[in-house]
Amino acid sequence: MTMIFGVPMAVFMGQLTLGLVNGAFYALLSLGLAVIFGLLKIVNFAHGAQYMLGAFAALLGFRYLGINYWLALVLVPLVIGGLGMLVERFLLRRIAHLDHLYGLLLTFGLALIFEGTLVNLFGVSGARYATPEVLQGGLNLGFMFLPTYRAWVLVAALAMCLFTWFMIERTRLGAYLRAGTENSQLMQAFGVNVPLLITLTYGFGVGLAAFAGVLAAPLYPVSPTMGSSLLIVVFAVVVIGGMGSILGAILTGLGMGVIEGLTKVYYPEAANTVIFLVMILVLMLRPAGLFGKEA
Amino acid sequence: MTLIKKTLTASIAMAAAVSMSAHAEISDNEVRIGYLADMSGTYRDLAGPGGLTALEMAIADFGGSVNGSPIVVFSADDRNSADVGANTVREWIDQRNVDMVAGLVASSVTIAVTKVLEENNSLGLVSGSAASSVTNEHCTPNHIHWVYDTYPLANGTAKAVVEQGGDSWFLLTADYAFGHALEADVTSVVEASGGEILGNVRHPFPTSDFSSYILQAQGSGAKIVGLANAGADTVNAITTASQFGLTQSGQQLAGLLIFLNDVHALGLEATQNLLLTTGWYWDMDEQSREWSERYFEEVGRMPTMVQAGIYSSTMHYLKAVEAAGTDNPETVRAQMAEEPINDFFARNGRIREDGRMVHDMYLAQVKTPEESTGEWDLYEILSTIPAEEAYRPLSESQCKLVQN
Amino acid sequence: MTESHVLKAPSVVAKRQRRANLRRNAFYLALIVLGLVAPFIAYPVFLMKILCFALFACAFNLLLGYAGLLSFGHAAFLATGGYTTGYLLASYPGLTPELGIIAGTLMATLLGVLFGVLSIRRQGIYFAMVTLALAQLMFFVFIQSPFTGGEDGLHGVPRGELLGFISLRSNMAMYYFVFAIFLFGYALIQRTVHSPFGQVLKAIRENEPRAISLGYNVDAYKLVAFVISAALAGLAGSTKTVVFQLASLTDAHWHMSGEVILMTLLGGVGTLLGPIMGAGLVVSLQHILSQSPLGNWVSVMLGLIFVVCVLSFRSGIVGELGAIYRKNFK
Repeated sequence: MTMIFGVPMAVFMGQLTLGLVNGAFYALLSLGLAVIFGLLKIVNFAHGAQYMLGAFAALLGFRYLGINYWLALVLVPLVIGGLGMLVERFLLRRIAHLDHLYGLLLTFGLALIFEGTLVNLFGVSGARYATPEVLQGGLNLGFMFLPTYRAWVLVAALAMCLFTWFMIERTRLGAYLRAGTENSQLMQAFGVNVPLLITLTYGFGVGLAAFAGVLAAPLYPVSPTMGSSLLIVVFAVVVIGGMGSILGAILTGLGMGVIEGLTKVYYPEAANTVIFLVMILVLMLRPAGLFGKEA
Repeated sequence: MTLIKKTLTASIAMAAAVSMSAHAEISDNEVRIGYLADMSGTYRDLAGPGGLTALEMAIADFGGSVNGSPIVVFSADDRNSADVGANTVREWIDQRNVDMVAGLVASSVTIAVTKVLEENNSLGLVSGSAASSVTNEHCTPNHIHWVYDTYPLANGTAKAVVEQGGDSWFLLTADYAFGHALEADVTSVVEASGGEILGNVRHPFPTSDFSSYILQAQGSGAKIVGLANAGADTVNAITTASQFGLTQSGQQLAGLLIFLNDVHALGLEATQNLLLTTGWYWDMDEQSREWSERYFEEVGRMPTMVQAGIYSSTMHYLKAVEAAGTDNPETVRAQMAEEPINDFFARNGRIREDGRMVHDMYLAQVKTPEESTGEWDLYEILSTIPAEEAYRPLSESQCKLVQN
Repeated sequence: MTESHVLKAPSVVAKRQRRANLRRNAFYLALIVLGLVAPFIAYPVFLMKILCFALFACAFNLLLGYAGLLSFGHAAFLATGGYTTGYLLASYPGLTPELGIIAGTLMATLLGVLFGVLSIRRQGIYFAMVTLALAQLMFFVFIQSPFTGGEDGLHGVPRGELLGFISLRSNMAMYYFVFAIFLFGYALIQRTVHSPFGQVLKAIRENEPRAISLGYNVDAYKLVAFVISAALAGLAGSTKTVVFQLASLTDAHWHMSGEVILMTLLGGVGTLLGPIMGAGLVVSLQHILSQSPLGNWVSVMLGLIFVVCVLSFRSGIVGELGAIYRKNFK
């Protein structure tokens, strides 16, 4: 059997594939954060909680309203995104003129409220969300058995990332958005409703988190704490990619997934820590991150 | 001068009176019990508010008072933090003269609390903790470990699995003291029973994505994949294993520390045929069912072995206080050890000098969805592991209370 | 007339200054007396917990309030101090507690130098994220190292005898020792803030480019502030370990870094008394809630406080009280 760095080729390829699947998740989540940071300059500490709310909405929607997975994939991001817009309109806007750190603190508080409330309502053991029938089973890739659902997650997350990238970088709405980031007063003077744009952007970022939450529901037990451990990893991804950089978030997400995947083979104990190590190294060499613009 | 002398004699007399009365009757004319557990975090469903209900049921069933002295309960959330737990208990003892502390879940909290109990000569009944070190290197004369610990869990499951032909193992170990201890226990049992460990991987604690480790386990070719982890880690590992078709490809999972609430959360689809060792199961026999149905009425969930153990230990404590006529910790501790424990929870139970309550343990298998007849019909009890074989023998003990 | 006015002005100012000083001294005296009497009224262990966290929050506030740097990794210093002291006192029975505390503080100081050198050039959110990442690495070190006891924590740290002959076993003796440490730490912060060094820090916070153009070595100033803050956070952690006789991973978790931000924010960022008030309130709230039927709602309550503070009480309790005082009594 061919060996790569002391591991059989098949195992190596398998880990690479799994790393990409996880990376797609990171990309999707950090994309939402990057979009929000890009326009609002807010470090959205509630992102993990909003991801969790997405998974819970899918679970409860199925349990009490009979909403199936595919419908949830469309509806849940809209509902949670709408909730996000309310948060922006009534809370974040009131502190928009202040130091950006206040946004971080406010969203941190929101995360505590969301998580604490759901812990009290549903406990922490978590519940299972059934994988949709079409996506059950697995694919034999020759070097590994890949569950169909994970392959779907990879495809869906990448498609969503590309869609977002296209929207922001290649459409008129995206151009407004980017211009609003650069100079919101000027945009306002041109007759663009910048506050509305901001509300929509926050809602969109939150919607992305909720979308990731629905994707995650069949993979992991749906529990109130599922987002909080993921959150700081995703932060690290955004910082490494360069805060506010769309492409940076996507590529770094995938890259970090792979690096983490390989760490799990060579030094599994450090799998949760390796991303922070990379982050420190990157910031030493490139203070604005890999794809960020120097301030 | 005389004034000082007078106060001095008075206080000596008072101290003497206090210490005398402590031996003779119930302090403050109340039996004060503190319930300390994780009420909001990871172990909430294992013990948490349900455990408090079990404790209150025990008190109500006992009649609410001992020899005319009412039983008072305080409760607190330790938030899984050793210093919050230790502080709470220190304050209960200093400020409220609490006589006994029940609950005690996360092992780190338990070890911290038992140090406080020992220093202040009070009494603790540990029901939730897993670490066998609680009555081994961390044993004190001031606490009793009631429900289970990692030794019988690892021992019972590993031995049974090897006997059934599962003689090659791959271990997924949580990378911290607890996981390492479990790994060591399993390794020695598997090897002693004629099996071998083909490999292991130490994953960070906690881990949400196990796919990489499951893949490594699949690549190892071992017949059995042992889970030397707990709580959310175990749950995540089992979910991922079922997604990756681990059992379909001929391997089998062995959970070393898994509770009823975990299996309930995971569902039978993912956990079917899993072998595990448990200290008690609600549907074990008539007595257990009867109690559990009463509990279900109150809480809306079936009790875990920890919640049942809280009831059982509290009841045994109250009976000992009644029999001894005092709530003095030493006397009560001695009285509790006198009486064997045979109730709905424990069979052939007795308290050893290291504070371990040994009782029959059970090897169970998780039912398949077809076999199960209801939401909580989850286990089938395969065999009984006799009390004297289940736990770590005293001859191997490092406890300072045991003379070897 | 103009002349006399000019002559008079300095004396009026001086008089006002003297009166303000007098008022402040009286206020501090009252606080010290309160601190001395407190253990006769409230439970000493509870008070010690407040004092330890108050010192921690004051140390954090030195950085956020006076240098404008939001560290999201201060738990690392608290834990480093705590683990070092705990390990030394538990393994070397001859060691006196004050030496253990000094050793713990030194370790935290060293770590502060390391963190500071690595992070101080980053600004705003980047600074917060780098400190968070470094603290996560420390968390990894703590969970991996055998001397911390991992998840089980480090237990059975003896309180020992202060200077070798004053037993700290009684809560009262321990309290006054902790109170003394707290006063020392607080005085140090007070001196730092009011020194020329502190003035430069404030100038950097207000307008960094201008401070640079005035010829100040801005990074060096920030680094010194960071190291002092880390050292005092370590002192708080070391003291806490001696009081509670244990050290655990809770202190190293990033939630702890979040909690100290909450305390400072609630009390008032950039005020000297604010962090003390904030720490007192948060610790009391946790204490009261955890033993009440509302116990399960602690984190929700903390979250609500965060939100309400950010929305309406950004200058914190002390800041708001100060504003009311200035409005009505001046």
